[in-house]
Amino acid sequence: MVYSYYPGCTLKTKAKDLDRYARASAAALGIELQELPDWQCCGGVYPMAKDEIATKLSSVRALLSAKEQGNDLVTMCSACHNVLKQVNHDMATDENIVTKVANYMKLDEPYRGETKVIHFLELLRDGVGFDELKKHVVKPLKGVKIAPYYGCLLLRPGKVMAFDDPENPAIMENFIKALGAEPVVYAMRNECCGGYATLEKKAIAEKKATAVMDNAAANGAQMMITACPLCLYNLTKNAQGGVPVKYFTEVLAEALGVKEEA
Amino acid sequence: MQRIGVFVCWCGSNIAGTVDVKQVAEMLKREPGVVFSTDYQYMCSESGQNLIKDAIKEHGLTGVVVCSCSPRMHENTFRKAAASVGLNPYMVEIANVREQCSWIHKDMPVATAKAVILGRAAIAKVHLNAPLTAGESPVTKRALVIGGGIAGIQTALDIAEAGFPVDIVEKSPTIGGKMAQLDKTFPTLDCAACILTPKMVEASQQENINIYAYSEVDEVKGFVGNFSVKIRRKARFIKEDLCTGCGLCTEKCPMKKVPNEFNLGMDNRSAVYIPFAQAVPKVATIDANYCIKKKTGKCGLCSTVCGVGAIDYDQKDEILEEKYGAIVVATGFNPISVEKFDEFAYAQSPDVVTSLEYERLMNAAGPTNGTLLRPSDKQHPHTIVFVQCVGSRCDAKNEKGKQYCSKVCCMYTAKHAMLTREKYPDTDVYVFYIDVRTPGKNFDEFYRRAVEDYGVHYVKGMVGKVVPENGKLKVQASDLIANEQLHIDADMVVLAAAVEPDKSARPLATMLTASMDTNDFFTEAHPKLRPVESPTAGVFLSGMCQGPKDIPDTVSQASACAAKVIGLLAKDKLTGNPCVAHSNELLCNGCSSCEKVCPYGAITYSDKEFRMPDRTTAVRRVAEVNPAVCQGCGACTVACPSGAMDLYGFSNQQIMAEVDAICK
Amino acid sequence: MENTNLKERILEISGVNPRKCMKCGKCSGTCPNYDEMEYHPHQFVSMVEKGDIEPLMKAESLWTCLSCFACVERCPRSVEPAKLIEAVRLAVIRQQGANHLKPQDIPDKLDEDLPQQAIVSAFRKYTK
Repeated sequence: MVYSYYPGCTLKTKAKDLDRYARASAAALGIELQELPDWQCCGGVYPMAKDEIATKLSSVRALLSAKEQGNDLVTMCSACHNVLKQVNHDMATDENIVTKVANYMKLDEPYRGETKVIHFLELLRDGVGFDELKKHVVKPLKGVKIAPYYGCLLLRPGKVMAFDDPENPAIMENFIKALGAEPVVYAMRNECCGGYATLEKKAIAEKKATAVMDNAAANGAQMMITACPLCLYNLTKNAQGGVPVKYFTEVLAEALGVKEEA
Repeated sequence: MQRIGVFVCWCGSNIAGTVDVKQVAEMLKREPGVVFSTDYQYMCSESGQNLIKDAIKEHGLTGVVVCSCSPRMHENTFRKAAASVGLNPYMVEIANVREQCSWIHKDMPVATAKAVILGRAAIAKVHLNAPLTAGESPVTKRALVIGGGIAGIQTALDIAEAGFPVDIVEKSPTIGGKMAQLDKTFPTLDCAACILTPKMVEASQQENINIYAYSEVDEVKGFVGNFSVKIRRKARFIKEDLCTGCGLCTEKCPMKKVPNEFNLGMDNRSAVYIPFAQAVPKVATIDANYCIKKKTGKCGLCSTVCGVGAIDYDQKDEILEEKYGAIVVATGFNPISVEKFDEFAYAQSPDVVTSLEYERLMNAAGPTNGTLLRPSDKQHPHTIVFVQCVGSRCDAKNEKGKQYCSKVCCMYTAKHAMLTREKYPDTDVYVFYIDVRTPGKNFDEFYRRAVEDYGVHYVKGMVGKVVPENGKLKVQASDLIANEQLHIDADMVVLAAAVEPDKSARPLATMLTASMDTNDFFTEAHPKLRPVESPTAGVFLSGMCQGPKDIPDTVSQASACAAKVIGLLAKDKLTGNPCVAHSNELLCNGCSSCEKVCPYGAITYSDKEFRMPDRTTAVRRVAEVNPAVCQGCGACTVACPSGAMDLYGFSNQQIMAEVDAICK
Repeated sequence: MENTNLKERILEISGVNPRKCMKCGKCSGTCPNYDEMEYHPHQFVSMVEKGDIEPLMKAESLWTCLSCFACVERCPRSVEPAKLIEAVRLAVIRQQGANHLKPQDIPDKLDEDLPQQAIVSAFRKYTK
């Protein structure tokens, strides 16, 4: 299985773990992740404005590049996934944006959202299959109670992301089960961690992240996992509570027995 | 050549406001065959009709064109007027210059020109009209009621009391429907069972009523007055005529872990069961999905303990075929699944319940025997939050919810809140609402009592998130009047889920060729003036299947529906529609296309002998239409590749003449 | 105080139709940062509808909305309040010299673990 891969800036710097454990796990599962050549930063947040295209162009370039490679585009970071998926939706549905982008980029043929953007978790669920994943697990995480933290970006807006039920998702729970661990279901798993507010108003991020962690802990979580570097930061740096937080790729690599070599 | 009279109606200012009626009358006077043309303020009035009658007599008219409203409104009026002075009613044509012209145009010259064209088309058709005579068909004096909730029961009782036999087909093992699951009823707070069960018993004892419980409609054929219906009597694995309802089998059944649907899965029942104490018919049913004997072949305990030998593990579904003159749809409703709205944590906590579940938790025959205990730990809740409009009043883009108001939630929530405060005064009760909608006799007074006498906290705002944590439900909500966000630690959250038509309604509508709206509610023949009839003749609507309704509305509609059914069954014969299809046997090539598209089963094929030119005979397979069954929909005339099928009153030639007149 | 031009611009940038709002308050019921906002999500909707936009442009709420999209996801009328807030925020920062975040402020705010994503996102939200 060959996929184009968009790691995103943070995975090259502060979130190297998210990236390298993903690559090691993918290799163990027979998945080839081909990093896109010369990708640019997605911008971190989806530009909602209907009247500007400049902020969408870096995403379009990545999407176009995957189209040229003829591959589905795999993302790892929740934020990049949200931006690429939403911009791709614009390109598939908003004729005004399609035309402006085509004109600006001098495209021979307009890009209309042909690339399929999938998050690595979706690849595990739909491409590999959790039953198949289970067969590759060599070190099951027996008895560990893991609380998945979705945050906002993987799920919302639900119709565009089409990732899972935005109010009662199950993909990460099933992922955790496949690794032999026990998922903790808790209501705050899709509430905001405080996001980029940590930069300006740390108190907000502290309050939000703590509320999330408290709820996970109250439901028996021994560990939390996430796909987002900023969520990981807020939960480890800003939350009071001390539940360890890891990238989902780290527990994956551990269960697949490839953590050490990663 | 016809002698045609044209009558242009003003409809007050409805038509005359946009169409120059005098000019239309003047222009149409110049059409070939038109010997008289005039206009009048209200052609449908007594004097308007007299104008038409007098003109027919005076000018010896052989055809009439009325330029007025839709033929759905007054075609019948004008046909009757013509018939009263001896003109065949099918020589009258309507040019719809209101709905299709004056109401949709603003510019008078444009509208006037179009009205003239529509009038010309009608004149062109009248030239080709021929007198038609309607046939008659007998009426089977028996009604079928599909659904045995309060709507179906009431309709059946009223029809039966008028002296006509009625069959009730109910898909579950007992009649009673949703009302049997309710605790108290607003606004009088009488107990639902106390007022419903006497009606259930009455229905079972009424000699004109025959209840087919645990049965479904498999097939419907025929037409008004003459329906033929196949009813599947599902195997209960119990001989209904022998079972005494003693309940011994249900006690002894070793399989006790079956989710009890009557209590919405909040407790369990046995595999052989009687849904509730007052069930009608009071007969046990074996649930084959759970019965150990049915699944493994071992057990058979119920058969051993049954004193009357009523258990029959080998029972099969039976199909009955019955004839009916009228069919009543009373298929009812269900609350929607609220799992898609999991910001309220219904899927995550047993203490978040729907209102119908709360109803069972309050009921003496419910899973907690009427003591309000929260499901997770069987403790008394002290703070309860009610959330209104869960899945109702949603935008069309919101696929999770319904666009309509469910109508019953405001009142039952007021009831729940009030009863909770009355029984447990130490309980804090919050109701989050968008609007409190209480139109109805003594309804607003009832809601005000909940606020003023019982101290229910009504908050204008909405719950946005429910977080189960440490045995509490942390409710986050807005209070729009105070402009603040509230955080309430609740013990229970009750969701007023939107209602939706029962899932059986859609396939039933297809069988009945009865129309539905986008929400799968059955459509009325007219939303104001014919609210209990389906546009399909002989099919009537009772209760929630037509739209959200509370019990008083449902019972009123059920009785209204019965009155319409009685009106039909009281007739010995029905005058048919002469505008039916007929086949030209010489052109028919026997392809069966018409037979396949006919929704009424009115077309059959037979081999016929034909005399050929050289004095030989040939046998050919040709179509034949049963005019009593044909509804004149015209599907066959379109499907026929050789042009053999045609419709009286709407012949291909007539329609082409209209098109030519319009395109001239 | 109606400002028709401004209102038209906000509606154009956001693509939101505030008339769809039925004033249920679910957006403000679900907003995780309600207490940090002097104008709440439902007020953004009703004030934009009224054309009362200047107060919103001066509001601290513009910088405390987390863009978490809870209000968008849960609105029964598909109004999308977060998109309106974004549009008002853009109307502010597109003005000359109105950037909310300045590059020279950044060094003080950094710690060694802060992911790049936070800085990039904040610049996208607060600066033009």
